[in-house]
Amino acid sequence: MEFTRNNNRQLLSKIATNDRHGENTPYFEGWKAYDSNPFHPTQNPQGVIQMGLAENQLCFDLIEKWLLENPDASICTAEGVDRFRDIAIFQDYHGLKEFRQGIAKLMGRVGGNRVKFDPNRIVMSGGATGANETVMFCLADPGDAFLVPSPYYAAFSRDLRWRTGLEIVPVDCKSSNNFRITRTALEEAYEKAQRSNINVKGVIIANPSNPLGTVLDKETMRSLVSFVNDKSIHLVCDEIYAATVFGSPRFISIAEIIQDMDCNRDLIHIVYSLSKDMGLPGFRVGIIYSFNDDVMNCARKMSSFGLVSSQTQFLLAAMLNDEEFVGNFLRESSKRLAKRHHVFTKGLERVGISTLKSNAGLFFWMDMRPLLKEQTVQAEIELWRVIINKVKLNVSPGSSFQCSEPGWFRVCFANMDDETVQVALERIREFMHQGKEEDGVSEKSKHWRKQNLRLSFSSSRLYNESLMSPHMISPHSPIPQSPLVRART
Amino acid sequence: MAIEIEKPSVGLSKVAVSETHGEDSPYFAGWKAYDENPYNESSNPSGVIQMGLAENQVSFDLLEKYLEEHSEASSWGEGAPGFRENALFQDYHGLKSFRQAMANFMEQIRGGRAKFDPDRIVLTAGATAANELLTFILADPGDALLVPTPYYPGFDRDLRWRTGVKIVPIHCDSSNNFQVTPEAMEAAYRCAESMNLKVRGILITNPSNPLGATIQRSVLEQILDFATNKNIHLVSDEIYSGSTFSSSEFISIAEVLETRGYKDSERVHIVYSLSKDLGLPGFRVGTIYSYNDKVVTTARRMSSFTLISSQTQHLLACMLSNKEFSENYIKTNRERLTWRYDMIINGLKNAGIECLKGNAGLFCWMNLSPLLEEPTRESELALWKVILNEVRLNISPGSSCHCSEPGWFRVCFANMSEQTLEVALGRIHKFMEQRRRN
Repeated sequence: MEFTRNNNRQLLSKIATNDRHGENTPYFEGWKAYDSNPFHPTQNPQGVIQMGLAENQLCFDLIEKWLLENPDASICTAEGVDRFRDIAIFQDYHGLKEFRQGIAKLMGRVGGNRVKFDPNRIVMSGGATGANETVMFCLADPGDAFLVPSPYYAAFSRDLRWRTGLEIVPVDCKSSNNFRITRTALEEAYEKAQRSNINVKGVIIANPSNPLGTVLDKETMRSLVSFVNDKSIHLVCDEIYAATVFGSPRFISIAEIIQDMDCNRDLIHIVYSLSKDMGLPGFRVGIIYSFNDDVMNCARKMSSFGLVSSQTQFLLAAMLNDEEFVGNFLRESSKRLAKRHHVFTKGLERVGISTLKSNAGLFFWMDMRPLLKEQTVQAEIELWRVIINKVKLNVSPGSSFQCSEPGWFRVCFANMDDETVQVALERIREFMHQGKEEDGVSEKSKHWRKQNLRLSFSSSRLYNESLMSPHMISPHSPIPQSPLVRART
Repeated sequence: MAIEIEKPSVGLSKVAVSETHGEDSPYFAGWKAYDENPYNESSNPSGVIQMGLAENQVSFDLLEKYLEEHSEASSWGEGAPGFRENALFQDYHGLKSFRQAMANFMEQIRGGRAKFDPDRIVLTAGATAANELLTFILADPGDALLVPTPYYPGFDRDLRWRTGVKIVPIHCDSSNNFQVTPEAMEAAYRCAESMNLKVRGILITNPSNPLGATIQRSVLEQILDFATNKNIHLVSDEIYSGSTFSSSEFISIAEVLETRGYKDSERVHIVYSLSKDLGLPGFRVGTIYSYNDKVVTTARRMSSFTLISSQTQHLLACMLSNKEFSENYIKTNRERLTWRYDMIINGLKNAGIECLKGNAGLFCWMNLSPLLEEPTRESELALWKVILNEVRLNISPGSSCHCSEPGWFRVCFANMSEQTLEVALGRIHKFMEQRRRN
């Protein structure tokens, strides 16, 4: 029997050949449009502006300054090279003590210093992506399910399900109460799962929420804790956006909630990361903090599959233990995010676009329901294509977050400079004014429907690092751009 | 203070409660003994010497020298302008310059006898992650991989734990220097069939851990033929490829494919890492090189769970693309490992101990079977305990590597100074003398 390309599909695993990697969704059209025509203020001012990437680019100057002032934080500089061999050899899955201490301190600080985190409970993973997957491996078996309030981070579909074999049962949240997670909705989702013989092992939430940009209130959090206690299931809290909170209400970690509640702590697990709060997604710093000893020990063993580079641990240990730097960074970052958020939301308000009231995250949740020709996903996607193709903004449609209400869009604002912000706002203004020239909302819709809604690109650009600039970075584009050499047979 | 309520025990996953992580094996008891009483030349000269850790510590000075002379690798440039791009870079394709550097490095190690395309390189956080990831892609839960014994104990966890895949051993023994034979492969395949297990692939380590020897070309050909006939995958873990004592003695599966014009190459996948050759296990640098497009694409997507820190990619891209550095490193590293190997082999010989003839790796495969009370695993473990507690050396018993012949031990020699190695050899000498007298 020959190993022909026809047989390829059967010769790989089911996991390898299913679609749970998530890359075959229409969502990726937006990425393609951006990648083939990326905005640049001088080289390509008509290009697509990337507003679909939740990155925090506002505070690099603070980190760069710190790096220049602390050369011994790098094991490769003259000042730090004497630590090189010890660090290069260090692959202990407990992680560098100073690194864990720095992370624990940061988490405590971000939680308003109302909780102390134990450095000995800190477990590493390959980014929050690795952390969420690892926690699922620890808590549930293939075929089991986790309840996930919608709208939720699009990649949960992959991270929670792909290799673990788990299922997601969405808990629908509605705009009528600002997408709050209600006990009723949780109970309904749980019962529905039970009736379909789906074994629910837990709930996973993101607080602050992606894509909403809101923080959970105390009442909701207490309700979640009591729900999982009643059902004896787990609660995983992804707090990756904890330090992106500005203004009020403040961020409350689940760790703080359980301090004041009767509950089974073995059910509570936190996922954290430096990718959003500190803007360091490339460094792959994922953290699992579980109150359950067995889960902590298991996750730690599993961390062998995704440890943080010891070189990176060493650098971050120095940085995070510099309390003055951290304090200043968190304050400044909040300030800048608040300002950016304000500029955008006020700008949108002026042209009649409302957004969900939020004070966290690197994005806001924009309400375009009035502009839909009908309240359907199809109409939402049509509108989205217009926004990408004509307004030239890559925003993310609510359907990619499993939002049960069509018409909402997530718009990222922290991954660009101030000039680009103005260009984006100007484009939105123009777009809304065009619409207003015709009568009413329905006219606007008709106007777009007549447009050619097919995406069209200029010549495709191959991924090329030398072209990267702060305006054009698309490091997380999932499009496989590197041309593969065909195997010679 | 919250009142403690009655806590019903909440289920964790089957994976979490299984013991497939492997840490309860006696192999790890040796670690404990070392951790509790570690040798130190000055402060604890009678402590346990760690010879169970396959680390390469002989060439750090070369790395340090490079860093001292090349500040561009250590920083992100004057005023750190490259910092933000690097910190943001989480593209699972990996830094192109790094992949290019890895491809070149792998070519240099093989003396230019094989070519590697940087676009076929997938990056993972260590070979640990690479092997697990490949298993997820090549096999379904309940399927089997064939692995020649003795093998790296970590495979039990890496290939089986979260994947649910089984290992069926291909038994090798000293009668032919533990080489894989077609008969042994057939026997393993039949054994899997009899257990109703679907065999999806064969995984070899070349050079071998724990044997410390390269696989001969003729054997590689037989293994590839076997995989082709059974229509299964072939994974070649070449993590020790840069640690062969002589460049010409290591034949990579890539070279075999090259000679065959890459026919049937879509079933072949190579795992590599910088943990052994460059002595950088902390940096978590693993790679998968596959000749199968679909595997490359899928592995790349899966690597999202285990990417290499962009900071580390940047450093190593600089270092490894410096041809002068990498050529000198490979050559010097080889020479020093050879020197260490000769030192330990001669030292053991003088003590009356024979080893398998080796030509690679960071360890030797020592034969203590003449010392066993009985040719059993229990006897081997009893002897191991004596060596651990009385001779105070942590070496690895063959049974922890699933060796079917009792009495063999893996002894690492590259993770200590020469002086410490002398002390270790001295202790072995004394131990053997005492045994002869009794």
